[in-house]
Formats: sequence, C-alpha cells, structure tokens
Amino acid sequence: MTWLGHFNYWIFVVLMMIGLYIVISRGNLVKKIVGLNVFQTSVFLLYISMGKIWDGTAPIVTDALMDGRPVAYSNPVPHVLILTAIVVGVATTALGLAFVVRIKESYGTIEEDEIQHMDEEAFLARSEHLGGQP
Amino acid sequence: MRYDGVPRIVSKLLIPLILLFGLYVQFHGDYGPGGGFQAGVIFAAGFILYALIFGLRRCREVLSDGFVRIMLAAGLLLYIGTGLASLWLGANFLDYDVLGHDPVSGQHHGILLVELGVGITVAGAMLAIFFSFAGRDETGFSGADDAEAEAEAEAEAEERERAETGA
Amino acid sequence: MSALIGPILLAFLIAVALAILNLRNLFAVVMLSGIFSFLMAGVFVILDAVDVAFTEAAVGAGISTVLMLGTLALTAAREKLPRKRLPILPLLVVLAVGGVLIYGTFDMPAIGDPNAPVHQHMAPRFIEQGPIETGVPNMVTSVLASYRGYDTMGETAVIFTAAIGVLLMIGRRRKRKPETATGKREGRDDAV
Repeated sequence: MTWLGHFNYWIFVVLMMIGLYIVISRGNLVKKIVGLNVFQTSVFLLYISMGKIWDGTAPIVTDALMDGRPVAYSNPVPHVLILTAIVVGVATTALGLAFVVRIKESYGTIEEDEIQHMDEEAFLARSEHLGGQP
Repeated sequence: MRYDGVPRIVSKLLIPLILLFGLYVQFHGDYGPGGGFQAGVIFAAGFILYALIFGLRRCREVLSDGFVRIMLAAGLLLYIGTGLASLWLGANFLDYDVLGHDPVSGQHHGILLVELGVGITVAGAMLAIFFSFAGRDETGFSGADDAEAEAEAEAEAEERERAETGA
Repeated sequence: MSALIGPILLAFLIAVALAILNLRNLFAVVMLSGIFSFLMAGVFVILDAVDVAFTEAAVGAGISTVLMLGTLALTAAREKLPRKRLPILPLLVVLAVGGVLIYGTFDMPAIGDPNAPVHQHMAPRFIEQGPIETGVPNMVTSVLASYRGYDTMGETAVIFTAAIGVLLMIGRRRKRKPETATGKREGRDDAV
C-alpha cells in the first residue's frame, strides 16, 4: 500500500488547481461558484487524507480485534473539522448564490465582463451628465 | 409535477421514511455515523422533496416562514442554553459533567442536547435558504404548481359554497 | 482489489472536474458537481471518514445541487463564450501555484503513516479517553460535541448567520418588475 505514498496529495493539488482555474478564467458567476466548490472539496480531501492510518478503521469503538491485534483507529480530529466545514460550506455557497440572484435582477446578466462593461458605461454617462471630466 | 404518477406516489412513500431516517441519524449519532449536522440536512431534504413535488405553497402551509425562522434561532439558543446550564450548575461553559448524576451520564445528556440544537439550526437554515430561492420568482420551479394549487383551492371553495347553499 | 478502488475514484474525480471546466451548459455543470460530491464521498469512505462521507453525500450532492438548480431557474442556464479563447495568464498562475504546492507535498509524511506528527498529540488522548469519559462510542461525535464544543458552537453560529444573510438578500418575494438595468443604476447613483 505504501507505493501510493503522496498520491492523494498530488490528486488534491490537481483538483485544487482545476477549481482555481475555473474561478479565475471563467466569467459566469454560477460556474465560478461551482469552481469554488471543487476547490473547497479538494481541501477536504487533503485533511481527510492526513487523518488516515493504514490498516486503521473508522473511529467508532468496536470490541473486535484485527488479525489478533487491537484495532487502530484513524484520526477523528480532521473528520470533525471537515464535517462542520462541509455544512458551513453549503451555507456560504447559498449566500454566494443569493448574491448571484440579486446581481441577475439588477444587471440582467451573470457574465462578469458584461457587468463590468455596463458599469463602465454608466460611469461615463454620469460624468458626461455632470459636464466635467471623467 | 403533482400530476405525474410516479414521482407523486414514490415521494409519498419516501417522505415519512426520510423524516424517520433523519430522526434515527439524529439520535443514533452517538453510536454510529451521524449527528446533528447530517440529521438536520436529511430532515430538511424530506420537506424540500415535498415542496418540489407538491409545490412550495403547500409546503409552506405545513412549515410557515415564521416557524422556520424560529427553528433557526431555537437550535443555536438550545446549544448556548446547554452551555449556560452547565455554567449555572457550577462548572465551566459547555462542561457537561454536571448535567447528570455522574460525569458520564452528564456528558451523554450534554452531547444529546447540543446535537439536537445543531440539528434544529441546520434544518432551519437549509429550509430557510431553500424557501428563499424557490419563492423568489413566480416563474421559478415552483411557480407553475403554485398557480395550479391556487386555482384548485378556489374551485374547492366554490364547490363547498355550492354544497352549503344546496343544503 | 480494494486497493484499486481509491485510485479509480480519484481518476474519476479529475475527469469530472475537467468536464465541469469545459462544459458550457450550466445544467450539466451543476449535475456534474453533484456527481463530484458523490465520488468524493466514496473516497472519504475509503479513507475511514464515514461521518464525513455521510455529510458530503447529503449536503454536497443533495442540498447544494437543489440550490444551484434554483439559482439556474432564476438566472441563465447557459454560459456565454468568453471573449478570449485561451486565457494564458490564469493558466500561468495555476501552473505556478500548483508547482509550488506539489513541491510542498514532498515534505509531508506519507499517507497512512501511523508515526506522522498529526497522529501524535491530541488524537491518542481522544481515541483512548473519549469513549471512557463520555460513554459515546463514536469518537467523531464525542470530539465534535464535547471536546470541541466551542468550535461547533461557532460553526452553528456561522450557519445561522449565513441563513439570515440569504433571508435578508432574497427572502422576500419581489413586488415589482425589475426596471432596465441602466435606469435602475443611474437612479441609485443619483440617490448617492
């Protein structure tokens, strides 16, 4: 089993970078939030990987012995941290999606460059209206 | 979606089981996988399924917005209240040893109450968030069903009126 | 045989993430993110984190998908083509950050090593004394609710706050039709 070594960590880095790439290269706000979720889930994978012990078992007490030895339990502390982080993550994702809905209602679009374009136009229109320099 | 046979009947069979499973996860979390966070989500999922199939309006008749908001606050208050109770009995904040006749049973009571608080808040939060999204727009995914439900309720009221005047 | 399940699931995870990156149909993207969560839950089971897998399957694949579909119903179901075909700057940033992170992983102890520092300090105490002190066989529950009770209280407060935030932002049914975007924003600028 040790040949896996750092395998999970590399997968975690690849997933995290795919998530980061979605966030910074795509203009659609819903897709950005999906990318942020991929990023977040990859961090969960890192934490849970660190808590694993080979030949260990889930941290729930059993009386059984494993091959005549006492049972080794995986580390429960990362599990607790990530368990709460997942639920907090969905609550904050919902807040982000609520922002997206409000942006759609105000601007009529959820594409980043269109929103920026409209903001610039509104700024120019206002400065012309005031008669001064932009 | 209320008039599609398969989702309606399957969901009617499933929803009580989902709610029961939510309660099992809540109170069996000490012995197996589970606990307040998961139970709250599963409990909310049962009501969300109901709202998706039968329309948001009917779901809100069972769980009003006000009740969901009370759940949201009550869970957190139950959590903090457990901490204050242990403070009142002379121990540290959230030190459950004093809540029972011996430390182990005290811990047991404390964990049960705290997990219940977490479950109520999480269920309330998920339902509040879902109701906000689903009730935002008439053209949203519950809008058509709500219009149908309204028309149906009107027809029912008319029929009742006719029956009363006939009798 | 069971040693193969982990790598296969992880390969699926990467394939799904790449599909999320490439697809323009947002409905498909949301469905794939649900599949991503289920696959991740499977990986968590292999890594002995049954409680976490349970939560990920219920929350990530269930509630998040429903919320994202709700958002799509209120916004647009398709992503528009970006102006630039291949954004080179984000790619460079991602490659640089990823390279540094991979370099960093070489200093970490191998996965599953029982002598890793993370298993030395608090965990043995929780594993040995937790079930005796609290009488709760599930150590995750005893750590979550008892030993780290303050932390969980904070997390519950965060969930409460996020729900209040959503209620404040979109909790009320819209009364009137939205005005044209520019007109509305100009009006707001005048008010300021």
